Amino acid sequence: MSLISQSTAVIVMNVRSLPRRFWMSAAMVFASAVVVAILLAFLAMAKGFETTLQSAGSPDVAFFLRVSSGAELNSSMSNDQVNLLRNAPGIASDENGPLVSPELYVIVDGIKKSSQTKANIPLRGLGQQGIALRESFQLTQGRMFASGTNELIVGQSILNEFEGFELGSEIRSGKNSFTVVGIFTTGGNVFESELWADSRVIQNLYNRGSSYQSLRAKLTSPDNLEQIKAYIENDPRLNQDVQSEQSYFAEQGQGLSYMALFGRVISTIMALGALAGALNTMYTSVSDRSGEIATLRAIGFSHFSAFVGTMAEALVLAVIGGLVGSVAAFIFFDGLSAATLGGSFTQVVFQFELTTDLFIQGATLALIIGFLSGFFPAWRAARVPVIVAFQNGR
Amino acid sequence: MSEEALFDLQGVAKKFVKGKEQITIFEDLNMQIAQGDFLAIMGPSGSGKTTLLNLLGGVDQPTSGEVSFEQKRIDKLSEGKLAEWRANNIGFIFQFYNLMPMLNAYRNVELPLLLTKLSGSERKKRVENALKLVGLADRAKHMPNEMSGGQQQRVAIARAVVSDPKLLLCDEPTGDLDRKTADEILETLQLLNTEFGKTIVMVTHDPSAAKYAKRTLHLDKGEFVTDPSANVA
Repeated sequence: MSLISQSTAVIVMNVRSLPRRFWMSAAMVFASAVVVAILLAFLAMAKGFETTLQSAGSPDVAFFLRVSSGAELNSSMSNDQVNLLRNAPGIASDENGPLVSPELYVIVDGIKKSSQTKANIPLRGLGQQGIALRESFQLTQGRMFASGTNELIVGQSILNEFEGFELGSEIRSGKNSFTVVGIFTTGGNVFESELWADSRVIQNLYNRGSSYQSLRAKLTSPDNLEQIKAYIENDPRLNQDVQSEQSYFAEQGQGLSYMALFGRVISTIMALGALAGALNTMYTSVSDRSGEIATLRAIGFSHFSAFVGTMAEALVLAVIGGLVGSVAAFIFFDGLSAATLGGSFTQVVFQFELTTDLFIQGATLALIIGFLSGFFPAWRAARVPVIVAFQNGR
Repeated sequence: MSEEALFDLQGVAKKFVKGKEQITIFEDLNMQIAQGDFLAIMGPSGSGKTTLLNLLGGVDQPTSGEVSFEQKRIDKLSEGKLAEWRANNIGFIFQFYNLMPMLNAYRNVELPLLLTKLSGSERKKRVENALKLVGLADRAKHMPNEMSGGQQQRVAIARAVVSDPKLLLCDEPTGDLDRKTADEILETLQLLNTEFGKTIVMVTHDPSAAKYAKRTLHLDKGEFVTDPSANVA
């Protein structure tokens, strides 16, 4: 006897009989689709945020902050400290000297296009080498700001999400005003959620004297970080923490990793609800087909084929739901732009990102729903004595 | 037991427990069915006709006693072994046809052959022959709901005989049909018995149907009551 051929026949019959139970089957597909779509939405949000932060960080750029400050907004360092750090070992140089960028980080107001509400936007004062330390930088409109002027350039995400940052616009922040002279992209990472200007101008306008908040330095090798740490520890005038830029952004991203966790918790709770509905659908299916199951068993079909047929039906419905949910998530969420608070209480603009591994997670959830909702009804289908099923079938 | 006996039931008892009450269908049933027989079993509702058919078909087990088919006990077989035994030896014909509504006539008839190792072309040949035998060669692609009751029952007969079983078990095969169609179905069963040597056991309420059988047994309260020609132990 061929278990495969008889199981295939039962699967085909079950699937073909689905229209008889159209609405119940559709409900199971819908429940599975909603659960998968919601899971994917949360995961895409977390993934997009993570990518936006992590793709900004380079392993061979050292990032200095005052000890225990945690984020740029809370940090400060004097010009003397910057000069000491400039001479730290392992830092790359070019014809202009060490590749370092002492930077300032202040907040200006912006109005979100989507909600017309105020939100904090970071205005970064860059050192002369600041651009050279950001390899993904590309000016897409206008020109670079000129040193010593109230000019700034605007990240593409800020232009997209906030009002009034078009090329040539005047931006007011308190008593200060700036002119937008360029638009830049950094490949969608977190730097695109910033405004950039000359650090000395920012020092002057925001009364920072000669102090800075952070320092970036290009390393000749990522391995030089330990050497720099030792240099800082041996000089009592320095009170900076140093880590790679990549590691800094990874830490910043962890603050919002709750999104993925929250998505998984919500999806699990919803999956339990969907499972209850799916179990009902599958028990109804077994009851609806009991006469057919009995007939097949009487003819000589095995327990196994009755089990497999019901399992396959559950899996088919759940997987169809998973596909519908995945397509819906892709249509509605992939590439969707959103903004949320980053580590320095400023807005980080990011895009929802649906990747293959997220779709696999969605498909896995659909298969789990299908398996659990099919297993017990399938067990029932396989174990009901043929004679009892005959009586049910009449 | 005679040499040519296909079935042999010895001291068969069948009891159910319903609530606190025990219901006895058979106390001590003995019977033999010979190879090539066409046996009609009649009796009032609740007399045990269908239970007997289920015992013969291995879809129910006796509480005690022995059920043997070709000198081999089937009452002790596991569910899996019984399914295999049914596939090899039994063809069922039901009152309400029990066709798969989502399969056409051809696919319905093919079902028992999916349990065999026959090739696709061999299966096709057998299905076509079975449909031809019941006069439905031109209805192979019709769905059950596109056929009359009589045609559906003929498809069911084709399905029952397609794997060439030794025994056909018929549960009120004409109970849902008008007289003329019923007679056509019964003539087909008679043909299968006389021309193809199929052993047939048919449960029926209908005395006219029973006339097509070679012999008739009457059951009442779990016992065979009258039939002088019956081969009852």
